[in-house]
Amino acid sequence: MTATITPAHSGSRAGRDGSGRVLRAEWTKFRTVRGWVIAMVVAAAVTAGVGLWAASGPQAGCQPVGPAGPAGPPVACRPARPVGPGGEAVSDRFYFVHRTLHGNGSITARVTALAGRYSPGGGIPAGPDPAAGLTAGIQPWAKAGILVKAGTTPGSAYAAVLVTGGHGVRMQYDYTHDAPGLGGRVSAASPRWLRLVRSGDTLTGYDSADGRHWTRVGSAVLAGLPAAAQAGLFVASPPRVTAENAGPSLATAVFDHVSLPGAETRGGWGGATIGAGSRYPALPGRFHAAGGVFTVSGSGDIAPAGPGPAGLGKPGDDGLAGAFAGLIVVVVVGAMFMTAEYRRGLIAVTFAASPGRGRVLAAKAVVIGSASFAAGLAGAAPVVLVGAHLLRAHGNYVFPVSALTQVRVVAGTAALLAVAAVLALAVGTILRHGAGAITAVVALTAVAYFFSAPLAVLPPGAADWLLRVTPAAGFAVQQEVPAYPQVSNAYLPQYGYYPLAPWAGFAVLCGWAALALGLAAVLLRRRDA
Amino acid sequence: MSRPRAAAGRDMACALRAEWTKLRTLPGAGWLALGGIASTVAVSAMVSAALSCTSSAGCHPDLTRLSLTGTEAGQAVVAIAAVLAVGGEYGTGMIAATLTAMPRRVTMLAAKAAVVTGLTLAAGTVAVLGCLLAGRLILPGHGYTPATGYPDLSLADPVVLRAAAGTVLYLALIALLSLGVATALREPAAAMGAVLGLLYLFPILGQVAGSPGMARHIEQAGPMTAGLEIQASTGLNGLPIGPWAGLGVLAAWAAAALLAGGTLLRRRDA
Repeated sequence: MTATITPAHSGSRAGRDGSGRVLRAEWTKFRTVRGWVIAMVVAAAVTAGVGLWAASGPQAGCQPVGPAGPAGPPVACRPARPVGPGGEAVSDRFYFVHRTLHGNGSITARVTALAGRYSPGGGIPAGPDPAAGLTAGIQPWAKAGILVKAGTTPGSAYAAVLVTGGHGVRMQYDYTHDAPGLGGRVSAASPRWLRLVRSGDTLTGYDSADGRHWTRVGSAVLAGLPAAAQAGLFVASPPRVTAENAGPSLATAVFDHVSLPGAETRGGWGGATIGAGSRYPALPGRFHAAGGVFTVSGSGDIAPAGPGPAGLGKPGDDGLAGAFAGLIVVVVVGAMFMTAEYRRGLIAVTFAASPGRGRVLAAKAVVIGSASFAAGLAGAAPVVLVGAHLLRAHGNYVFPVSALTQVRVVAGTAALLAVAAVLALAVGTILRHGAGAITAVVALTAVAYFFSAPLAVLPPGAADWLLRVTPAAGFAVQQEVPAYPQVSNAYLPQYGYYPLAPWAGFAVLCGWAALALGLAAVLLRRRDA
Repeated sequence: MSRPRAAAGRDMACALRAEWTKLRTLPGAGWLALGGIASTVAVSAMVSAALSCTSSAGCHPDLTRLSLTGTEAGQAVVAIAAVLAVGGEYGTGMIAATLTAMPRRVTMLAAKAAVVTGLTLAAGTVAVLGCLLAGRLILPGHGYTPATGYPDLSLADPVVLRAAAGTVLYLALIALLSLGVATALREPAAAMGAVLGLLYLFPILGQVAGSPGMARHIEQAGPMTAGLEIQASTGLNGLPIGPWAGLGVLAAWAAAALLAGGTLLRRRDA
């Protein structure tokens, strides 16, 4: 009928019309199966429901810590963490021997020793002198060096040149930036000279092994650094982190040849613990100066903070665990979108109407992918938008996340569901068997949760490997707080860290889907329907 | 009085033979059984081989549970087999022939349940023995020796025997749960999604639960989280639910699913 009315058009625009028609046909098939549409609504509802339920339950609050570790039930509190210049949560607790530096100038010091002790069992050792129960050993990221900081408020801008327990000399600034200098451990026989030069907002760091030949390590621009900055010596030692706990540690460094040449300073040296009021697991620090030799002990860290056994704060993407339930639902629909046609014999009609089998598969992929994306978006957006507010309202600490990251997490979760549904469609086409396809796809993605749960029996190495190569790698797109190589932490999925970068993990999932779609297209063409 | 009972008995015997023939002659049945055993033993062996006990901190305390880890993979295969045993008939329209030949629908379901359970018990026993053997062969090479406080896994140990026998029963109950869900939903793909969701959702909910108490309740209620406690051999007081009580929770889930499936089967058109 249509052909007799518009004969001229049907010939010239057959290609594009063909694709459009197939797409419309597949969309109609999807839309008119009530169960599938309901399933998509359910996928969105469980994703949002689980997330909001997890965020609104009775929450833990603050755990009081006694001399023997956690003591008593949690109490209500409004925990907070300093926020760095970039808006990220930071740790800013250390011992600072400082004086005020006016305008441009420089600070130089020589470090001749850096030693440390730590609490082996996690928690602060019992007894009147907590430091007495410590075991000798320096943390790899224990830091001692020179520091120029906008002020003594935790979270303020800074630049530092420092020696570490196991990573040589570094120049670090504004918490997230880190550049390597001279390698090796510091000792009396092999001291390290450190220098920071301020010129306006720019600070340049140098290091030297002998105090004569200086090498530039890096430079930092600290926008808005006040004319009167705090300059001096600092020591920090982060907790020793295992997968289960974090025990505070203490580092002691010896400085000499301390000078501020060309600097206009007022007042003498004063020692203080910066960020002493924070809940950071740390030990008291102190300093002692005699004959130009400064012995400084400090505990804590100047670094970006993230979820982990060391501190408070839930991993931000905890609430998105419901996406896994949504994923099962869209995987069922994705597989059935193809296998149901084989079951009912509809596939013969479909291919009779549109003989381009690859085109049919592509149209199905577009339809199921779009529907799942929409369901994922509707499910993840409320969790990310409302979940953090609910958690904070119940006295939880939630790591601050930029709006851009939130958009990535929401869109990424929706894309995760979409690609998983397309993968299920492709596997369903390959197997022509709904139950088998669903089991294969769910089992491959379920490993994300099963090998990352706290009860996981796999060692972290094996779990990491699974989260790199299986479709479960796609869950990396939900990671909110990045992992930093210059911070020791248990970077495990249970704390919201994945072994691959967000988009790299998502690309692994896409690779699986593309491979499966390619194989499905080949098999569709070769096999009888 | 004795005639109807004898007739009912004959019905059941016929139904059992029919169901056994159907299951036995399915092209994928043998592969499914082999695949289930192989995946269970392989996952267990891989997990055992991935662990090493060089320092006391890195040692896994519960070797029995560890060597039975493959159950988590094997149960998915058991679930597929059970779902297909009934869902496959709806898919092909075979169910009409089955119910014509055997109008007593509950008898048919009971026969299916018996055959699937029997097959799962047989395959499960092989798989569990394979897991324990793999653990016994692999673990001593990774530092789990009697000298470090880890005696060889042996079925003579009543705790290991309980875990092993309980794991076989666990797999059989998963089969019954899947059978019940598939009978209720009729669509094998949807049934598979429902079973997997039921199994995997509870541990995830437990993980994100707001409080440890809530997480404990969720683990007590979940068919997989509660049921798998049958594998625990140490720290029994710290478990959310006791080993046999946990298996009882799974049994209740299976009974509820079969009841729902049986009721719907009687009431509905095939």
